[in-house]
Amino acid sequence: MSALLRLAWASLGNRRFSVTLTITTIALSVSLLLGVERLRIEARSGFLRTVSGTDLIVGARANPVQLLLYSVFRLGDATNNVSWDSYREFAQRPEVAWTIPISLGDSHRGFRVVGTNHDYFAHLRFAGDRALDFRAGTRFEGLYDAVLGAEVAERLNYRIGQSIVIAHGTGQVNLSNHDDQPFTVVGILQRTGTPVDQSVHVSLEALEAIHSNWRFGTRVGQAPDAASLAQMDLTPRAITAFYVGLESRLSVFALQRAVNEYRAEPLSAIMPGVALQQLWRLLAVAERALLITAACVVLVGLLGMLTAVLATLQERRREMAILRAVGARPLHVFALMLLEAAFLTALGILLGVLALYAALFGFSDLLETRFGLFLSHGLPSANEWRLMGLILGAGVLAGTLPAWLAYRRSVADGMTVRT
Amino acid sequence: MPAGPPSLLIEGLRFAWPRQPELLAIERFELAHGERLFLFGPSGSGKSTLLNLIAGTLRPAHGTICIAGEPISGISASARDRLRADRIGVVFQQFNLLPYLSVSDNVLLGCRFSPRRRQRAIARDGSLPAACARLLAALGLGQAEFAQRPAATLSVGQQQRVAVARALIGAPELIICDEPTSALDADARAAFLALLFDECAAAGSGLLFVSHDRALAAKFGSSRALDEFASPTGASA
Repeated sequence: MSALLRLAWASLGNRRFSVTLTITTIALSVSLLLGVERLRIEARSGFLRTVSGTDLIVGARANPVQLLLYSVFRLGDATNNVSWDSYREFAQRPEVAWTIPISLGDSHRGFRVVGTNHDYFAHLRFAGDRALDFRAGTRFEGLYDAVLGAEVAERLNYRIGQSIVIAHGTGQVNLSNHDDQPFTVVGILQRTGTPVDQSVHVSLEALEAIHSNWRFGTRVGQAPDAASLAQMDLTPRAITAFYVGLESRLSVFALQRAVNEYRAEPLSAIMPGVALQQLWRLLAVAERALLITAACVVLVGLLGMLTAVLATLQERRREMAILRAVGARPLHVFALMLLEAAFLTALGILLGVLALYAALFGFSDLLETRFGLFLSHGLPSANEWRLMGLILGAGVLAGTLPAWLAYRRSVADGMTVRT
Repeated sequence: MPAGPPSLLIEGLRFAWPRQPELLAIERFELAHGERLFLFGPSGSGKSTLLNLIAGTLRPAHGTICIAGEPISGISASARDRLRADRIGVVFQQFNLLPYLSVSDNVLLGCRFSPRRRQRAIARDGSLPAACARLLAALGLGQAEFAQRPAATLSVGQQQRVAVARALIGAPELIICDEPTSALDADARAAFLALLFDECAAAGSGLLFVSHDRALAAKFGSSRALDEFASPTGASA
């Protein structure tokens, strides 16, 4: 066997050029497949890291996935609001440890504005148990203070003290601006890899204030001046949703039922993990399509190898006849060809993995800033090993075709090549 | 020299390719232990077929073929492959070497599939590299570093001599040469034959030398024409 290994290796070395091309083809396809797989897993864990620590999310009655999407990922809009009274009622229940109210609906140059309170900075967690951290400045204290997510600050090149104007609504164009009540940036958060990075945070009271002279989506009258603001009750009448942290996770089902059966207004409480599972089920088709596409590319790579090996069969009949003359069995010829296919595939996989890691290290900054994707540089996961094993298996399986052809020919040829 | 069993003995051999008239019919053909024989085989006489039968890569319909007393007909394909590896060395007309292996790896290829020849080579010369070096030196290829050269860089004459070294390593009982000199010029041909004879004698191997060039026959002790004793009808097939 070791003699055959050396023979296969030397024979491949003799055809360096075509072998390199073949291996490169396989390597690229393997990088693609493993890259897609890693993206898929990282996208999932990226979603998961966004909702860590939150036991329930409560919003107006809606499909759990929809509620999750608008409340956490800031995708789409809420169908309805939660009244402030309902929020207070649930927030004061004994089993509730903390709540974070959020109010959505406005935007700043494409980034969502989140109205909230100090509990947001105190209780929101991401990536396990990491709390929000300030890169610069502090929480909002004054009415027109704003705290920016890392991405907002970077993309718009904002600094502390910058004056910004919030737009009414969340579209990209044709918005009415709240330019009569500008905000001042007082804090910039550290990067989290979650939608927090793409958010502009202001106080609930501020949102109330800037909408005080608005009715049905248009501005009426003058912006309130400081004196009248001081007399105004800026307690919000409604919020979009609130996050709930419980004293004990055991009470999660009881509270969820209490919310869902709440009589004063129709509400939904979702467990983020469960809603994410439903989201995965929705996305599974797209994921699978992506994986299948990548798998097809690998298949093309392996077919390329098959073609390359098959193309050499004719010119290598002489070689096989020599091996037969020195006593090789047809099975040895079979094994030799199979070993070559295995070598080519294995080297392709190895090179593909190396290329993937090179790309991960080289482009992780780009992926992070442009797409908010944190790709781990960790060792291949069990699933990735499984994929590599499958590719190797498929390569060896493909190799059985030239091996079998060479076997048949070598039985027919014997020591002399008949032409 | 104590006479062992004949290097090659063929009895009652009959062979035909499927759906074709009988190609070979040999009542008896013997190559005595250590004998050198010139076999005249014009093309179309069934020469390649006979060589494949002797080497066990083909199976006769009838008859027996024995290599150094061991029957190579009537046994399993893998046993024939083993017997060929152990007891037969082959030199072809040309393209004898694997171009991607070094000279020494090509020579040692003769031992790769045969533990018996490996042991015999080691028993005689102490180690495989030593056996390889001795044969190469005897064949006039003893220059320094020659053994490490890639086979693809050799001249045709050098390649044929390396092929002889490969056939002879481990001293198999039978050496089959199939037109080994047809790619060589006249001077090289004579030198090649002299080396071949010397080394076959040194190894005690019988030599079956097949060629369509009758001029070479004079250099052998005995010669036979394939179409005279092997044709089923007496006429050339």
